[in-house]
Parts: sequence; C-alpha cells; structure tokens
Amino acid sequence: MNIGQLLSIFISSIFIYNVILSRFLGLCSFIAISKQTGPALAMSLAVVFVTTMSSIITWIIYRFLLIPFNLTYLRTISFILVIAAFVQFVELVIRKMSPALYRFFGIYLPLITVNCAVLGVAVLNVDMFFVNGKAVSGSFFYSVFQGICVGLGYTVAMLLMSGIRERLDFCDVPESVKDFPLAFVIASIMSLGFMGFNGFRF
Amino acid sequence: MKNLFREFLKGIIKENPTFVLALGLCPTLAVSVSLINGLGMGIAATFVLLGSNIIIALIKNTIPERVRIPCYIVVIATFVTITELIMKAYSPALNRSLGIYVPLIVVNCIVLGRAEAYASKNTAVNSFFDGLGMGVGFTLALLLISGIREFLGTGKLFNHILFKGFEPAFVFGMPSGALLIIGLLLGSFNLLKNKKT
Repeated sequence: MNIGQLLSIFISSIFIYNVILSRFLGLCSFIAISKQTGPALAMSLAVVFVTTMSSIITWIIYRFLLIPFNLTYLRTISFILVIAAFVQFVELVIRKMSPALYRFFGIYLPLITVNCAVLGVAVLNVDMFFVNGKAVSGSFFYSVFQGICVGLGYTVAMLLMSGIRERLDFCDVPESVKDFPLAFVIASIMSLGFMGFNGFRF
Repeated sequence: MKNLFREFLKGIIKENPTFVLALGLCPTLAVSVSLINGLGMGIAATFVLLGSNIIIALIKNTIPERVRIPCYIVVIATFVTITELIMKAYSPALNRSLGIYVPLIVVNCIVLGRAEAYASKNTAVNSFFDGLGMGVGFTLALLLISGIREFLGTGKLFNHILFKGFEPAFVFGMPSGALLIIGLLLGSFNLLKNKKT
C-alpha cells in the first residue's frame, strides 16, 4: 500500500471518474432527490456510509468465500443479497438506536438497495484490486478507501446539483423542460466542467 | 389475443420505460456510445426482464409478502448471471465494452419495477408480453439515443461512415453529451405530450 496510489484513487473517484457525472451510477436518485439541499445531504451521507460498509463486506466475502470455493460467478447474486440485507439491518438498528437519525434519513435508506452506485463500487473493487483471482497487496485498504471516495464523489455532485436547482426555482423555464429534462441539461454542463479534471497527471 | 397485444404495445410508446417512466437511466446513458453496445444492452435487459417476469408471475403466491423484494432480487440476479456467462462465452468483445454495466442490470429499476408493479399481480402469459413490450421499448430507446450519439460523436452508424466531410463532435461520445441528449429528448417528448392535450 502506498500513499500515491491512495491519492490517485481519491482524485480519480471524486473528480475524474465521478460516480454520477462520468460513470452514471446512482443517476436515478441523483435526479429525483436533488431538488433541495437538505434531503440531498441526507441521501449523500447514507450513500457514503453504505458504500464504505459494503466495500468491506463484499471484499471479505469475495476473498474468503467466493475465491476459495471457486464460486466467483456468483458474485452478482451474493453481493446484491448482502447489500440488501445489510441496508435492512442498518435500518432496523437506526430505528432502535436513534429515532431522530431515522427520521432524518427517512425513505432514503431503503432506496439505497437499488442504488447502482453501491453495487457498482463492489464490482469495481473486485475488478480493480483482484488480479487473476488473487488479491493485490493492500487491496483491502484500497477497496475500503475507494468505497469512501466514491461516496464522497456522490456527495460533491449531489450538493452542487441541489444548490443549482434551488436557485432554478426562481427562474421562468418553459413548461416542457421543467424538472427532469432541465436537470439532465444541468448535469451535462457540470459533467463538461468535470471533464477538465481529466488533465490531471501523476 | 388482442389483450395480449395491447400489453406488448404499451411498453413501446405509452409507457416507454425510458422516456415516459424515466426508469433505468444509468445503463441507458453509460452504454449508449455506439449502436452495437446499445443493441447488446437492450437484448440483455430484455432477456432478464422476460425471465424474471415469467418466474415471478409463476411463484408469486408462494412468496411471503414481507420478504418479496429480496426474493425478486434473487430471481433477477440469477437471470443476470446467466446473461453474463452467455455473453462472456459467445461475445467477449461486447462483454468487455459493456463492462460493469452487465452485472448492474440487477439494479436496473425497470426490471424490479415491472416485477413489483406487474408480474406480482398478473398471470405468467400476460407478464411475458408485458416484459417483451418493456424490453423492446427499452431497446428502441437505447437505439435512438446511441444512434444520435454515435452519429454526432463519430460520424458513423454501425461503424459505417455516412457522409464524407462530416466533422464529428467528440463531446457527444463523452458522458456530458449523453446527459445533454437525454435531457433534450425528454424535453421534446414532454413538448409533444403537452401539445396533444
């Protein structure tokens, strides 16, 4: 494990290959929940938490269950089941431990199960940090770190978008492009801006 | 028979999953760089939709109400794994260019959405036609978007050059071009809908 690799994971998952603006993962929630900053922040925090935890869990399952028993083709089924179960479990725990936090997250926590970003990170980790069925050195830390960074990238895009859309409420836009279409055009311009980060070299 | 045909037809225009219901946009945008990719993704998703719709319609009475979503996900994930293995065996190039978006069909909202909204309440035959219609509608939408993007971004369609001297705009092959095109298409569909009423 070295610092340079961590830095490059950090920059590339937040800016260069932003989950939403360049990989299009989690686009549905990005368009649907970015109307106001508050809910957008709640959703983003929930996503950061779940991507981090699911990176840990799926790494352990892949390394210690799927590889030794030669079952790597079951990756999709096992990952999505574990993520769904984990999200359900977290929801139960939060409801018991902290009703305030539960109200804060509201319906956003269960929605995360079908958020492509979470499964996407798990699959990406496996694709990137396992070579020929063997874990590269430090792959556990890279996976977890990538989980955190992808969540942060989601947060950055979500906050930018919700800030812009709050302002747009005061604008007079044509009836047919209201809401979804306009949100996509804004996302397109943001993505154009993020393309500028492609020039980063290490 | 007429009834079944209507189930099939509604997915293509009236309830088009991409343009009307705005479901499953992530794979739509990510793979629509070229017509080949779009077609491959459309066929893969249609296969998963058909399989999961039929199976879920058949076993809907044995699934307990409270754990139905995990059950649906397992059925869907099974078909996605089948698709992935078939694609790896017979068309490795397509599998490489679609990349992680093949396993991500599991979380495509169209599939889970049809399972929850249609297959869990209707017979297997009806669900089959519903899945077929939705799949074809999704494929047509993908072909429309990827056709526009491939033409504007590279000047080609199915890898054939159409006009000599056409200067392609690379931005349409990039993510931002995809977002712009889907935004404008959704806007124009809304405009058509508003004009009619």
